[in-house]
Amino acid sequence: MSAPSHRNDAPNNDVPHHQATPGKPMRRAILRGAVGLGLFAMLTAGIVAGTRALTAERIADNRLASQHGQLTEVLPEALADLDIERLIESAFTLPASPALGQTAPFTAWRATREGSQDDTAAVVLPVIAPNGYSGDIDLLVGITDSGFISGVRVTRHQETPGLGDAIESRKSGWIEDFAGHSLSDPGPNGWAVTKDGGDFDAFTGATITPRAVVEAVHHTLGYVRDHHERLFGDMPDTPNPNAEQQGETP
Amino acid sequence: MSQFNELARNGLWANNPALVQLLGLCPLLAVSGSVVNALGLGLATLLVLVGSNVSVSLIRHHVPDTVRLPAFVMIIAAFVTCADLLMQAYTYELHQILGIFIPLIVTNCAILGRADGFAAKNPVLPAATDGLMMGLGFAAVLVVLGAVRELFGQGTLFTQMDLLLGPVAANWGITVFPDYDFLFLVLPPGAFFATGLLIALKNLIDDRQARLRATHLPQSPTESRRVRVTGTIR
Repeated sequence: MSAPSHRNDAPNNDVPHHQATPGKPMRRAILRGAVGLGLFAMLTAGIVAGTRALTAERIADNRLASQHGQLTEVLPEALADLDIERLIESAFTLPASPALGQTAPFTAWRATREGSQDDTAAVVLPVIAPNGYSGDIDLLVGITDSGFISGVRVTRHQETPGLGDAIESRKSGWIEDFAGHSLSDPGPNGWAVTKDGGDFDAFTGATITPRAVVEAVHHTLGYVRDHHERLFGDMPDTPNPNAEQQGETP
Repeated sequence: MSQFNELARNGLWANNPALVQLLGLCPLLAVSGSVVNALGLGLATLLVLVGSNVSVSLIRHHVPDTVRLPAFVMIIAAFVTCADLLMQAYTYELHQILGIFIPLIVTNCAILGRADGFAAKNPVLPAATDGLMMGLGFAAVLVVLGAVRELFGQGTLFTQMDLLLGPVAANWGITVFPDYDFLFLVLPPGAFFATGLLIALKNLIDDRQARLRATHLPQSPTESRRVRVTGTIR
């Protein structure tokens, strides 16, 4: 900080002093830049906040509708017109399960029969197949209370386009073949791709991807059999996910 | 009017951001797998480019030179965030497919390049025109690339256009070659290859036009007017 008494001195003689503290014009320029940039940040943040306020509701609706669409696709047809809020609110939390590829507690959904609050007709479980060709394959698996698969869909994957991505329902109908199968149909040896002696087709040029999906679905069926009471029974757990997290049972 | 023509020619052809300046190649190569993806990203980039050019031009006299780049980046980031939110609100499924490439528009050098190289030195109207033309040029290359890769990679055209344009476009998908796929073009190497072919095609056309012009004006000293086919970056 230069004192006012220095004003009359010739500034050129005081070179080291000048290097240590920037001169007045320099400080003014820095200040101007900083204030300008600060004002700018506020303005742009305001614009973003405004857009966010205008679109937030629509985005939330889209997210719900998209989630609901995915869930109804794996539920039995009889439950397809289930109320959107009722289905989303049926979310409950399950503890981490290696069989489903879930390493942390995760959210699953219950679909109850018409006119009943606790008569669960089907559950939807998110499953991760960890052994895809390039990383995890995220699945949604719907299973009815009698142990039949009502539907399987891929929600996220990075498999090779044109080969492994045939697991997507919009690329091919392969994933729909799971519907109607159960743990005993086709039996323990049948739950593999044809190349491994099982009952499920592999794609030309891609065996690893369908193998990973078939294995994951098979594991899910086993998980549902082992946890049938918890998933479908009249356990005292409420459909509120927050209450669930505290009342976790081992 | 002549300035408008000049800007249009520059953005769409002579100084095309994708084919001549080779800017924004990352999104260009990553999302040009189908027409709908390409058009979605192209329109988002266009919107951001026009918006940022206009804003930068409006504030060009008020921003100190030393902090102009951070200020421009802030403007661009704000527009990209808005585009991202708007796409989530109105084309949710397409947004899910394009994913990270929408926020990454911020890093598209074509946008900062136009902001600093043109909009910061010109009035609002030319800046807006420049943004529009550069954006259209970029979007056009994206869509052509998307069409080529979709057609020769998967044998289809205009599939899933309803993701962007709503249910009207639900049946626009055409299967040109049934049961056909050519993985090379679907994967990233195909994107490089197709982009290279497009650049070669543009240079071929430029070359031919230059030769035509040369034969029409036989008296002009051809050596000195030789057109550089790679274009000049302004």
